[in-house]
Amino acid sequence: MSNNFGSKRLVVGAHYGLRDWLAQRITAVLMALFTLVLVVQLLLPGPLGYDRWAGIFSVQWMKFLTFVVILSLAWHAWIGMRDIWMDYVKPVGIRLALHVFSILWLVGCAGWAVQVLWRL
Amino acid sequence: MADSSKPRPVYRNIHITQILSYRLPLAGIVSILHRVSGVIMFLLLPLVIWLFDTSLTSEISYERFTSAFIAGIGFVPAALVKLAVLGLIWGYLHHFVAGVRHLWMDATHSVTQAHGRSSAVLTFAISLPLTLAFGAKLFGLY
Repeated sequence: MSNNFGSKRLVVGAHYGLRDWLAQRITAVLMALFTLVLVVQLLLPGPLGYDRWAGIFSVQWMKFLTFVVILSLAWHAWIGMRDIWMDYVKPVGIRLALHVFSILWLVGCAGWAVQVLWRL
Repeated sequence: MADSSKPRPVYRNIHITQILSYRLPLAGIVSILHRVSGVIMFLLLPLVIWLFDTSLTSEISYERFTSAFIAGIGFVPAALVKLAVLGLIWGYLHHFVAGVRHLWMDATHSVTQAHGRSSAVLTFAISLPLTLAFGAKLFGLY
């Protein structure tokens, strides 16, 4: 705070711009890597039925990775949807309602996906 | 301050109702489709997790997963399920490639007009043929 005056004063408040920008990119990289890991496993030889498909996700390291990706997706989608609502929806009340809806939608979907994953 | 009378440039978002009246450059089309594909996947998230759920939980649920593409899900006909999944396939591929394009631009600062156009062409050249290939498989063309 010692430099918070003159030409070096802080002119913005919450500082979530850079944090969210970075979070969206890091979560994107994680999801892209997950996609590659999954594709490689699907391209391995052998018929692809229930056993092999479920086998891919029941290995512990894959559960670990999938769990991280579920959380990444929810976070990534939240940043993206919030950006869209902020760009196109100006009335505060409707925007708040859409923000709340987006959070509920993503948290609920993430919970469901984790439930599926941890049943395996 | 003579400069103060100069009109300052105004930057604004194209509103969703104005999209069709703008003639966007190719990079702009990639950009707006990045948003559109993101929204499609956001809204179809329950379908994705339903497919994840039924395909993984048990062999019985796996039967329900495969029959969704033959007999549909409840009152939803199979053709609509396939159409939604086709939307997801395109959405994922476009979002993925356009996202990698973004990361590429962040990392290399390749943000000239020419770069924007050539990478937009590349985005479509990767995402659209892959969508066609997966879509043809989905609809049983091969």
